[in-house]
Parts: sequence; C-alpha cells; structure tokens
Amino acid sequence: MDLFDLPLPILFGQLMLGLLNGSFYAMLSLGLAVIFGLLNIVNFAHGAQYMLGAFLTWMLLTYLGIGFWGALIIVPIVAGLTGMVIERVLIAPLADADHLYGLLLTFGIALVIQGGFQVAYGAAGIPYRIPEALAGGQRFGAIFLPNYRLFVLVVSLTVCIGLWLAIEKTNLGAYLRAATENPELVSVFGINVPLLVSVTYGLGAALAGFAGVLAAPIYSVNPTMGVELLIIVFAVVVVGGMGSIAGAVVTALVLGLIEALTKIVYPEAASIVIFVIMIIVLMVRPTGIFGRTA
Amino acid sequence: MSHVSTAQPDTIGMTAEGEREGAIVAVASNTNRRALMLLVVLAVAFAFAPLVIYPVFLMKIMCFAIFASSVNLLLGHGGLLSFGHTAFFGLAAYSTGYLAKNAGLTPELALIAGVVASLMLGAVFGAIAVRRSGIYFAMITLALAQFVYFMAVQNPQVTGGEDGLQSIPRGALFGVIPLNGTALYVFCLVLTLFAVALVHRIVTSPFGHVLRAIRDNRDRALTLGYKPERYQWIVYTLSAGLAGLGGGLKALVLQVVTLTDVHLTNSAEPILMTLVGGIGSLSGPVIGASVIVAIQYYLSPFGAWVTVLQGLIFIACVLAFKSGVVGLLTAIETRIRQFRTRQGDKNPRGRTTDEQERS
Repeated sequence: MDLFDLPLPILFGQLMLGLLNGSFYAMLSLGLAVIFGLLNIVNFAHGAQYMLGAFLTWMLLTYLGIGFWGALIIVPIVAGLTGMVIERVLIAPLADADHLYGLLLTFGIALVIQGGFQVAYGAAGIPYRIPEALAGGQRFGAIFLPNYRLFVLVVSLTVCIGLWLAIEKTNLGAYLRAATENPELVSVFGINVPLLVSVTYGLGAALAGFAGVLAAPIYSVNPTMGVELLIIVFAVVVVGGMGSIAGAVVTALVLGLIEALTKIVYPEAASIVIFVIMIIVLMVRPTGIFGRTA
Repeated sequence: MSHVSTAQPDTIGMTAEGEREGAIVAVASNTNRRALMLLVVLAVAFAFAPLVIYPVFLMKIMCFAIFASSVNLLLGHGGLLSFGHTAFFGLAAYSTGYLAKNAGLTPELALIAGVVASLMLGAVFGAIAVRRSGIYFAMITLALAQFVYFMAVQNPQVTGGEDGLQSIPRGALFGVIPLNGTALYVFCLVLTLFAVALVHRIVTSPFGHVLRAIRDNRDRALTLGYKPERYQWIVYTLSAGLAGLGGGLKALVLQVVTLTDVHLTNSAEPILMTLVGGIGSLSGPVIGASVIVAIQYYLSPFGAWVTVLQGLIFIACVLAFKSGVVGLLTAIETRIRQFRTRQGDKNPRGRTTDEQERS
C-alpha cells in the first residue's frame, strides 16, 4: 500500500500514535541511560517500575479516590522513594561486583514486583478512564486529535527537555556528569557520591513511574505491560547509544514514527521493525548512532 | 618455599583473587576428579530416580539441564550473559516437533535437524551480538530473541500459533526402537551425559583456556594475538546448538511445543538455574535445573507466586550465594579439608584460578 493513497486522518492518527509511543520510549530510555551512566547497571526493573506507576495510579483512584492529577504528583514521589530504598538495600552492596550481577539483581526485582501484582490482580488488563478535563479532542478539518494524547506528548517532551537542561545546566547535573566520569575524584571534592547514586536511581524510577501514570489511561493497566515495553526500549537504547540525552530522545521519537509508518505500509513487520533497525545499526555502527566510541 | 611461612601462599592466592575481584564468580570443585565424581553421583541418581519419581518430570529436568549447560558454557567460561537463549531452544523445539509430526522424520533425525537449525541461527545472531560486550550483549541477545518470538507468533501455519504444536509423535529411534518408557528415559540420560561431557571437553581444551583468558582480560588476550570476537562467536554458536539439543529433546519428551518455549521468561530460567547451581561448574546446571523445575512442578498450584519466588531466588543468589549450590559444597569441603590438614601447608587458596575452574 502506498503511503499517499491513505486518507489523511488515518495517516495522521498513525503518526500521532507513533509519536506517542516514541515519547514513552524516550522517557524510559532516558531513565535507563542516566542510571546506566552513574551506576553502570542496566536497570531491568525499569519496566516493572513503569508498571508500578500505572498500577499505583489505578490504586489511588480505586482505594483512596485520588484522581489522575493527584496521581501525577504522588506516584513519581512514591516510585522514586521506593527506587531509592531498592538502591540502598539491594543494589549498593553490589557496587564492586561485575555489571552482570546488577542486571540479574534488577531482573529478580522486576520478577518480584511483576509476580506480586499478578498474584493480587491477575494477568488481565484493567481500564483507567481519561481525566475529564482532557476528554474529547481537537478537530482540524478532517483530522481529529484526542486532547489526552496531545497532553501526553507535550508533557513527556517537556519532561525530557527539562531533564536534559537539569543535567546540562544545573550544579546537581554537573555533579552527576562528573561522578559518571570519575566517582572517586568527585567524592574527594566532598560530594556525597553514594547519596548522589541513590538520588539518581530514585530519579530514574520516578521518571518510569511518571510514564506509568501517563500510560494508565491509554494502555490497559496489567502486570506485564512493563516487560514488553522494556525490551523495545532496550533496542532503542542500543540504536541510539547511551552517549547523549538529546540523541536518545530523538532516536526514541524517530523509531516510534518508523514503527507507526510500518504499521500502515506492512503491518506484519510492525512489531519487529525496531529490532531489524537495531541489527542494521549494530552492523554499521556498533556503538549506536549517538554513542561515544569506547 | 612451603615451610618458610604460611603467609606466602595466602598472599599469592589473594592477588590471584584480587585481579578478578568483582568479576563473574565462576566456581567449580577443587579438582577435575572431584567435579567428575559429583557428576557420576548425579548420573547414578538420575539412573535410579525413575523408580520413585515420575519419569517425565525427571526428563524435563534433563532437557533444562542441557539448556542451562549451554548458558553456563557461555556465561561461566565466556563471561557472556545471553538473555535470548530461548530463541535457540524454541527454534529447535519447533523444528524437531514440526519435522517429526509433519514430515514423519525419525526422532534422531528430527533432533539433529533441530540442533542444526539452532547452530545456524546461533552463527548469525552470534555474529551480530559479539560486536558489543557486557551489558549491551545481554540487551542485544534479548532483542534478537524477541524478534524470533514475533516470527513464531506471526507464522501460525508452522508454529500452530497460540495452540502450538500438539501431540508430537516420538516415533522409533533409527526407525527400530520405539521411544517409549524406559527407552525414552535412557535416550534422555545418554544425551544429557553427552551434553555435559561435551561442555567438559570444550572448557578443558586449549580453546576453553583462551576463552577464559579473554573473559578475564580481553586486552591482554588481544595483545597475545587471539581474536576475542572470533572465540566468542564460536562459543556462542556452540552454546546455541546445545540449547537447541535441549529444546528438541523437550519437544520429543513432552510432545508439545508452544509460544512459551520462545518467550522471554524461558530465557531467564536457564540463567537462574545456572546461578542457583553455580556459574562455571560442570554439575551446577544439572543441580540448578532440578531445583527450579521442581519448584515450578510442585508449586504450580500457587500460580504467580512462583514468579515472585524465582525473583527472590535471583536476588538471594546475586547478593549472598554468587557461587550457588556447587560453590557452597566446595566451600564446605574445603573447610573440612582445612580442618583435617591444619598442620600441613596444602592451602587450597594458593591454587591459580584457572586450576580451580578446570572442572
């Protein structure tokens, strides 16, 4: 099928969906990259923390009557604090061990969180209603854009840009970058590196939780929603390389778009196209498009 | 230099350990002979176990022991963590099952075809994956396996989709010996022993030594003229074939292949088994497979609690028992020997790492 034969609304709908998925890839790969930079571990629990965010959103509404807007503030804080505790209690003792142990550990943590929610709520998806204020949509001629999706797109991009500014322009960001390069030297200057590590991990977890809140009204809330997304995010990270934050965001959005376009042109390949791109990038440029040559 | 001071061998031991501090803890029994003894004990146990334990359950353990051995070969001796070995296990299971069912191949031919398919896929995936090492390697293998999973989902005419391949015939070995009851059990046991012996042969060969040298110090091995990527590619391909043997055998034993055999969780299981048994040891995967399959079998009424428990085992092994069951046994044995020969100077810590790992 030719792209240009498509009715404009369908094309736009798909592109919108692609950008939307891409913005989720961006938020999650950012958290992964920041954690990886400082802790040198791939956080396999990232998907579970995202799922936790979505579930907490639903639980706040169901058990405490706190709606979407409250969740948008409470959930990242809870997820971040949980993350800091996990880092302190479980991950910190592994600081000197091989990176692979960190990977296995976080994978175990993911299994515990995921299994726990499966025990409590089963494997079926739970719906979450779009907040009142964001129901409906905008109509531009034949094109209809749902308000909530526009909102997610704007908010997630704002968060990504905000994080980028925070890392590049603030003092804390400078400490973070310095500690990524040489943690021992930074601690000599009187900066509490273990605390910085905990905060960074908490920040990554909070970001994943925040993405989970945004995801709750769009994707159905279920215990395995994180795992499936995380594998794609890994491929995104491999394609983009973990060297630059702006690069990671751009890669995530572009891959989201490519995935959506593939869904129109050749639907069978939509679920594998990102992996195919990953393979090609690895053959041509093993460090990833924006990766630093190690 | 033995009688001068006991401190000397200690120091040597510590520097040898210090060099590898933080690296993947590859354990093994103290000597080749001891590791083989443990293995013989296990083999005898498996030979007589069907008298008291349900044989299909035991055969499932053996399939996963082979699968875990393949991951162990790669992780314990190559230092490479594959999070995508389910691709090879699943591909071989589907190939063997499909050919036995639809092409009427005898079981040994179907099995060989499955292993060959896995070897070929392993050669292709290996060439891609060894371009990055460490953490990236794990992520890439995971993504590649997901690729295979989607292929299986999208080709229901071959894989049977959600239903999978059912009632796969076991047929007759070489067209003569019907693979039922005792014959099937012996077939499984022989193949499992073959797989373990093969791993033993690989890791004790000069190839195995170079592989560990690359794992411990890639740059040094490179300077000595070895090509790390080529060695890693070869061991990855071999390991893929071995995972295929486990998968193909599973198709014949359980007579069913479904999407769970290519799913991500099936990649994590052999890693968990290896970790529980003891990374790098010969009998570790067999012990680990027994533990994990038993947990799944006996705790299956508790549903998702099994997932929680597996997660907790992962966490406990990584934080407290990096060397697994075999490491624990070795530590106990070393204690006993130290206690017996307290006056002597046979401190086992003076041994080089390579000697300790040979088993």
